[in-house]
Amino acid sequence: MRLKGRKVVGGCAEGEALVSRDAVSFYGGVDPETGVVTEKGHDVEGRSVSGKVFVFPTGKGSTVGSYVIYRMKKLGTAPAAIVNVETEAILATGCVIAGIPLVDKIDGEALEGLESGMILRVDADSGVVESVEL
Amino acid sequence: MLAGEDSPAAAKLLELLVALGEVFGAERLVTVESAHISGVSYKNLGEAGLEWLEEQADLGARARIRATLNPAGMDMDLWREMGVPEEFAEGQRRVIEAFEMMDVEPTCTCTPYLIGHIPKFGSQVAWAESSAVCFSNSVLGARTNRESGPTTIASAVTGLAALYGYRLDENRRPGVIVDVEEVLMTTMDYSALGYITGRRLGTTVPYFRRLGRPSLEALKALGAACATSGGIALWHGEGVTPEAGVMEEHLAGLEKIVVGRGDIEEAAAWLTRPLNDPVTVLGCPHSTLGELREIAGLVKGGDLEGSLWVFTSRGVYAEAVEAGYVGVIEEAGGRVYRDTCMVVAPVREMGWREVATNSFKAAHYMANMGLETRIGTIRELLSEVPG
Repeated sequence: MRLKGRKVVGGCAEGEALVSRDAVSFYGGVDPETGVVTEKGHDVEGRSVSGKVFVFPTGKGSTVGSYVIYRMKKLGTAPAAIVNVETEAILATGCVIAGIPLVDKIDGEALEGLESGMILRVDADSGVVESVEL
Repeated sequence: MLAGEDSPAAAKLLELLVALGEVFGAERLVTVESAHISGVSYKNLGEAGLEWLEEQADLGARARIRATLNPAGMDMDLWREMGVPEEFAEGQRRVIEAFEMMDVEPTCTCTPYLIGHIPKFGSQVAWAESSAVCFSNSVLGARTNRESGPTTIASAVTGLAALYGYRLDENRRPGVIVDVEEVLMTTMDYSALGYITGRRLGTTVPYFRRLGRPSLEALKALGAACATSGGIALWHGEGVTPEAGVMEEHLAGLEKIVVGRGDIEEAAAWLTRPLNDPVTVLGCPHSTLGELREIAGLVKGGDLEGSLWVFTSRGVYAEAVEAGYVGVIEEAGGRVYRDTCMVVAPVREMGWREVATNSFKAAHYMANMGLETRIGTIRELLSEVPG
C-alpha cells in the first residue's frame, strides 16, 4: 500500500503503526514520561506512541502541546513520525521544534486501510506513506 | 536565513513559520513590526517548555523587532508573599532569564498596549495572548493571527510571519451581526457580552451594533471574554472600532443575533456559586490606572485582611504608586501584584478554593481549574468584603 499526502515537516522514519480515529491532545492527553495515551475514553487510551508511526485525524487542545512533543523527543518517548488527515498549528509547531516527520492530507478513505501493528515507512519529504512487507 | 547564516536558532524558527504557512495555505511571508510572546508561566511551560526556551537562547535566538512578554506565574519580587512554592519560583526565574537572553522585554503583562506597545493601524504584528490579539486586531486595527509561544518567538527572531488568516482583508470581514438590546454600563456587562458572543459564534468575526460608548476597560474586557468562550480574534463595533465603517458594505445578508439583559444575567449565573470565603480577584486582563483608582476609592479605610488581590503590569503599577492608589489598597488590607495573574499563577498550590471576580475570562479559567467562582461588578464585589 502506498499513500500520497503533503509534507508538513520533512524527514524519513519507519515503525509500527498506531492508528486512532480520535483527535489527539499531547497536552494532558499523552504522558510525556512514558509515551502512553492517557486521555479517558480515547480509542488508543493506554497504548504507547513511542517509536510508532502515529496516525490520527488531527490535533486539539492547548498550544502547550507543542512543547510536550518536544519534551517527548528529548526523553525518547516521541512517535517516529506523525500522519494526519488534516494537521493543525499545535502539532505542526511541535513536530518542527522536535524534528519529527509530519505528513497530512492523506485521503480519509485510504486511511481506513491502515491498521495498528502494520509496519509503515514515512518519507515526509515526498509526502509518501507506504506499508513495508516483512 | 534558511541556510542558517543568521544563527542556528533563526534557521529552525524560520522553518517553523514556513511549515505553518504551508499548513494554512499562505503564499508568502510578510515582515512584522512587533511581537508579543505568550507561554511564559512555568505552570504551563513545565520543564519541557523551559528546556526549549533555554535551547533557543543558547543557539543564538535574538529578537530583531520589539518583543514584549505575557504574564509569568508569579510576581517576580513578591512571589514568597503570594505563597508560590520555591521550586516553581526557580523554574519561573529560568524562563525569564532565557527570554532576557533573547532580547525580549520582560514586561510580563497581557496588556502591552497599556504600557506603550501600541502597533499602528494596518500594521502586521505577531501577537499571542488571545485578549491582546483581540485588542490589537479590533481596537488598534493592527493585524495578527492567534499566535502561540513558539510562533511569536519565531516572528520576533526573524521579523517575519506567514501571510494568511486575519492578515488578509477578505478574512477580516464580519460573519454575524450582534445587536445589543441593552444599554451596557459596567465593564462586567461588556465582559458578559463578549462571553455570550464567543459561545454563540465560535471563531466567526462579530459586528456589534449599539455598543454604546465603551471605556478602555470595557474594550479590554469585551475582547478578552470573546476570545475565552470562543476563538474570536477580531470584532468590529459600529461607531467604535476603526474598521467598522469599511465593513458596512459587507453586512447585507448576514445572520443577526440579539443579546439582552436576560442573556447577561444568565451568563453570570453560569459562573456564579454561593461562596463562603472567596478571594476577590481583579485585573483580568491586567488593571488599568482607572481600575486601580476605582478600587482604591471603594476600599479606602476598609479592612480586607488579604481577601482582595489586584493584578496589573509594572508600568501601570508605577503610575498607581505615584498616584497613591496602591498605598490606599494596601492600607485597606488588599494586595497588588505585578507580572502575573489569577489565570497563570499556581493558585491551587497557593491554597485558593473560591474566587469572586468581574472578569468572565478569569472565572471561566478558574472554574476549569476546579475552583468555585462568582461574577459581579467591582462595586458589588467590594461592597461585600468586610470593611
